[in-house]
Amino acid sequence: MNRSRLGSPQAESLALDASGLPTHAFGHRNLMWWGTLGLIAIEGTIFALTVVSYFYLQVHAPKWPPNTPPPSLLWGTLNTAVLSASLWPNHLLKKAAEHGDLARIRRNFIACLAFSLVFLAIRVFEFRALNVRWDNDAYGSVVWLLLGLHTVHLITDTYDTAVLAVLMFKGPLESQRLVDVSENAMYWYFVVAAWLPIYAVLYLAPRSW
Amino acid sequence: MIQVQDLEPAPAPRPPGNAVPPTQADRDALEHTWRDPQGFVGWFSAINHKTISKRFLLTTFGFFVAGGLIAVAMRLQLMRPANGLIGPDLYNQLFSMHGTTMMFLFAVPVMQAISIYLIPLMVGARSVAFPRMNAYAYWVFLFGGLMLYAAFLLNIGPDAGWFSYVPLAGPEYAPGKRVDFWAQLVTFTELSALLEAIVIITTVFKLRAPGMALNRIPLFVWAMLVTAFMVLFAMPSVMLASTGLIMDRLVGTHFYNPAQNGDALLWQHLFWFFGHPEVYLIFIPGLGFLSAIIPTFARRPIFGYTAMVLSLIATAFLSFGLWVHHMFATNLPEVGKSFFTAASMLIAVPSAVQIFCWIATLWTGRLNLKLPMLFVLAFFFILVLGGLTGVILASVPLDLQVHDTYFVVAHLHYVLLGGAVFPLAGAVYYWYPKFTGRLMNERLGRWNFWLFFIGFNLAFFPMHLLGLKGMTRRVYTYPAEMGWGMLNFTATMGALLIGASVMLFAINLWRSRTRGQPAGPDPWGGGTLEWATASPPSAVNFEAIPVVYGRDPVWETADHPPSRPEAVAGLATTAREQLVTSVLDAQPDHRQQFPQPTPWPFISAGATSALFIGSIFTPWAVVWGAVPVAIALTIWFWPRHDETAVNVALEKSA
Amino acid sequence: MKGILRGAVRAVQPVFAGALIAAAFGLQAQPQDVLAPAGPQAAHIQSLWNLTVVVCSIVFAAVLGALVYVLWRRPRADISALPDLSVHMKPESAAMRSVGGAVVASVLLLLLLIVASVLTDRALAHLSLRDALHVQITANQWWWEARYDDEQASNVFTTANELHIPAGRPVIFSLRSNDVIHSFWVPNLHGKKDLIPGRTATLQLQADRPGVYRGQCAEFCGLQHSFMALRVVVESQAQYEPWAQGQRQPAPEPNDESKQRGRDLFLGTSCAMCHAIQGTDASARRGPDLTHLASRQTIAAGTLHNTPDNLARWIRNPQQFKPGANMPATNLSDDELKALVAYLVSLS
Repeated sequence: MNRSRLGSPQAESLALDASGLPTHAFGHRNLMWWGTLGLIAIEGTIFALTVVSYFYLQVHAPKWPPNTPPPSLLWGTLNTAVLSASLWPNHLLKKAAEHGDLARIRRNFIACLAFSLVFLAIRVFEFRALNVRWDNDAYGSVVWLLLGLHTVHLITDTYDTAVLAVLMFKGPLESQRLVDVSENAMYWYFVVAAWLPIYAVLYLAPRSW
Repeated sequence: MIQVQDLEPAPAPRPPGNAVPPTQADRDALEHTWRDPQGFVGWFSAINHKTISKRFLLTTFGFFVAGGLIAVAMRLQLMRPANGLIGPDLYNQLFSMHGTTMMFLFAVPVMQAISIYLIPLMVGARSVAFPRMNAYAYWVFLFGGLMLYAAFLLNIGPDAGWFSYVPLAGPEYAPGKRVDFWAQLVTFTELSALLEAIVIITTVFKLRAPGMALNRIPLFVWAMLVTAFMVLFAMPSVMLASTGLIMDRLVGTHFYNPAQNGDALLWQHLFWFFGHPEVYLIFIPGLGFLSAIIPTFARRPIFGYTAMVLSLIATAFLSFGLWVHHMFATNLPEVGKSFFTAASMLIAVPSAVQIFCWIATLWTGRLNLKLPMLFVLAFFFILVLGGLTGVILASVPLDLQVHDTYFVVAHLHYVLLGGAVFPLAGAVYYWYPKFTGRLMNERLGRWNFWLFFIGFNLAFFPMHLLGLKGMTRRVYTYPAEMGWGMLNFTATMGALLIGASVMLFAINLWRSRTRGQPAGPDPWGGGTLEWATASPPSAVNFEAIPVVYGRDPVWETADHPPSRPEAVAGLATTAREQLVTSVLDAQPDHRQQFPQPTPWPFISAGATSALFIGSIFTPWAVVWGAVPVAIALTIWFWPRHDETAVNVALEKSA
Repeated sequence: MKGILRGAVRAVQPVFAGALIAAAFGLQAQPQDVLAPAGPQAAHIQSLWNLTVVVCSIVFAAVLGALVYVLWRRPRADISALPDLSVHMKPESAAMRSVGGAVVASVLLLLLLIVASVLTDRALAHLSLRDALHVQITANQWWWEARYDDEQASNVFTTANELHIPAGRPVIFSLRSNDVIHSFWVPNLHGKKDLIPGRTATLQLQADRPGVYRGQCAEFCGLQHSFMALRVVVESQAQYEPWAQGQRQPAPEPNDESKQRGRDLFLGTSCAMCHAIQGTDASARRGPDLTHLASRQTIAAGTLHNTPDNLARWIRNPQQFKPGANMPATNLSDDELKALVAYLVSLS
């Protein structure tokens, strides 16, 4: 049987030899990227539809918010800053994973988790600052839903990050795990990016009505 | 500096790679590597895509039969006027269960199930992407369906229809837990379908055999790819809607409560934004079946491959722009409704392109009228008629008369059975030999077909007339003086014939397992890659991944020059290794290690189900239920030392 | 263009009407029938229906014809026949032209239908509303309240489940719901409109042909959705006026002891908690207004004919006829029931 190294087929070869191919790849070349992208598409659609529902209810209401003042700006704006800042260690983490630099991976994981604790704590204050209960009226229901959905994402993202962080300290490791770290970072980008329009809807839209 | 290697397990020897052609040792090793584990725990740990697919198919068929028996009960009640067989409460549960079963527990899942089996075979892969998540999606689906039927058997099944309009389904007019079971069933099935969609997309994009560029993949694979993308964008809408409904009912939110600035129509918008694409999620795979079957029995490749692909994509896009046609009778602005009339009529165009291309294929081919083709021909009669009544319904004035009457019941059954179920039956007759190694009985199959065709038309054609004569939907009885008795009686007779036909189908499926004629790898002379595998395929599907040079690789192998590479060598035989290729041109890119069987998807699905079912009764279930789910998912993910050792060995170049 | 379209539709109509009646197993047009229009709106819709069915039938016949040809004329082959891969080499222009032509034809026919639909929409909206009658319909589980509005407050009256409208005069229905979504549908007159809580919808129609028509709630609304019918009596203005005048009067006073006893029972037991009778203290709106109950042909939203026997059986146990209805059974002795029925029968 004639084997041919991939990239240099010979005239009388009958097979492509895959044994020399790498065993992992970053970015859209790997399967996990596509899985993560699928999740992003789904969750992005959920957020988008919730935002559309917010505006649908607003358009049909005589006054918006109907019965309560808009959410106070302090905690939400603060958290937006914290979330945006968390992108920096997240970015470094992704780069470190792509270079296989375990020490930097570990440091940046700890930084990201520290940010998580802060933004989750601030999120508690954000719920209070909504100034309305979920069962007050449809406005209360939709703002709690929007903030709640995003919070679920923050919690699951924090948990995923924590699990991977522990793995980076304890092992067992193979290069595929570096890909997992890189994809987790991509998901983190999404959770922060999704927050920006949600922030605008929750905090700015009721003031512009 | 700390290296990744510092946390690697102790090195293991590198597994050998397969030869081309594969040796007997290769075959034995690969069979051992990829097969399902034995034993009791092993049964719950299985992740082979063919195993999961067969379980999924059996389960969806079970739900189909259950939904069908429910329909027979409904038809027996409606057989004559003022019938006292079934009262309004049970009847409302019956039609709600019938719709919910057929739409959520049969029509979409069965398409995903069959594609989970076929797609890897058709694209030359050894497994689907994310095989454990694939298994998890099946278990979640099963548990959701069981929950719904448990509720029904306890007389607390949903009774507000499969579409569950508010305020009827809201806390004020639907007390108790009935509608909550419906809403949570939606969460189960949509989670399952969404995960399956990710599996399908990733498999089709990344695991194709070398040379199988996107413009060479079978049209069935295109159809399922397009369907999977639609799932990603349509299903979140109903998940959001049903979550809002559960919250209104459980924790006092007001999404749909007009008294507190909510809106009953918000439900309809969110539901139908999902609901319209949903029917195309059912129809497009049916189109895929036709494109797989027709070329084989016309002895030529499909005519107009590119037009067919563009039509699938156009149909998918357009289907998101039609949903308001379900709401024409509401007081939405009239100008807006006209847009949806135009869109709803124009979506017929890409489907027409497909139909004309199939006819062109048959017109220029040589026909082999085996059993699968009978079902294909039925499609042309039934679906086209249904599509034309769809054009009627697209017009606002006409719709305002026949909306919510039996005319729509006729339409929807013509398009769904004509467009999906008949092709599915043909697909079962077509691929059963591949799944089992035996052909189904031809004679029993012809009886099955004719009973189904005649029974179907007898059952549903009269319903067009019933709608025009004023019979509304979702009524448990009707007065004798309306003159609807004879048409209803005829419809019931048709339903009984359908029941008989399904029984014959089941008998044929069962008996052919042991008594069917042995099939061999390619009983129909098909051209796509699944016909290059054994029947049934070995655990690994392809001992050596083929290299592909055209759209019908099995037909084209006859012509090839001997000097081009025919298959891929060097993939591990004692570890689960697959070749990952590039999205557009399927150039080999890297090797990916795949996980071993594990019971943790099953256990995670159990934990997830506990969370979902618990949250029907208390919102705190979301919090407490999240803990076992997190634990189960973490254990599922956490790498094993031995697997990691093997993977590390495979990282070293040969 | 419009004229050509209308002309084509009119030419086709008699053929189609005939065919459809024949198709409906030779049955007479029923009083709840889409294809038996009694007013201009339903007539416009029927015209569009006729055109659409003709176009769709032509397309269906063409597709089936092509298939029949294929089955009849194309050669057969079995699996041993080598597949024809030469199609990859040649461009198959004949097939492309045929498919292309068929697609173009389909698009043109669809555009025709879209235009026809939009024109019909406009025709439906072009109803002169001069001297229109205003009726406010409020749907409940499972009955219809109808309030006939008037500029003069003394002319306003409320009835239930049976409407009278004058032929040839436009009627503007405003549609509301007290509970869940219902749908108002009288097929002989017009398409349907949903009644959605929190919103007010409008339906404008005119009936030209006197007769008695039946409507039915067309949106699933719970346990007795099947028995929520509407009786629509279309009569000449000369017959409508006396009816309306009669509805405006308060209930007739009981003129004998039995009826007197009946009224006392009505006011003293649970009846008055839900039902109103103008001219008495009973003014609740949870059930139908019974002021002129005897003037209606049916009771329980079209479920039973309005006879003293049926009335008695209904009052004794409504659940027997409409299981799940909001009206509870009544615990009256036979004598008491007789008196109550005597009173109700007098409410013409």
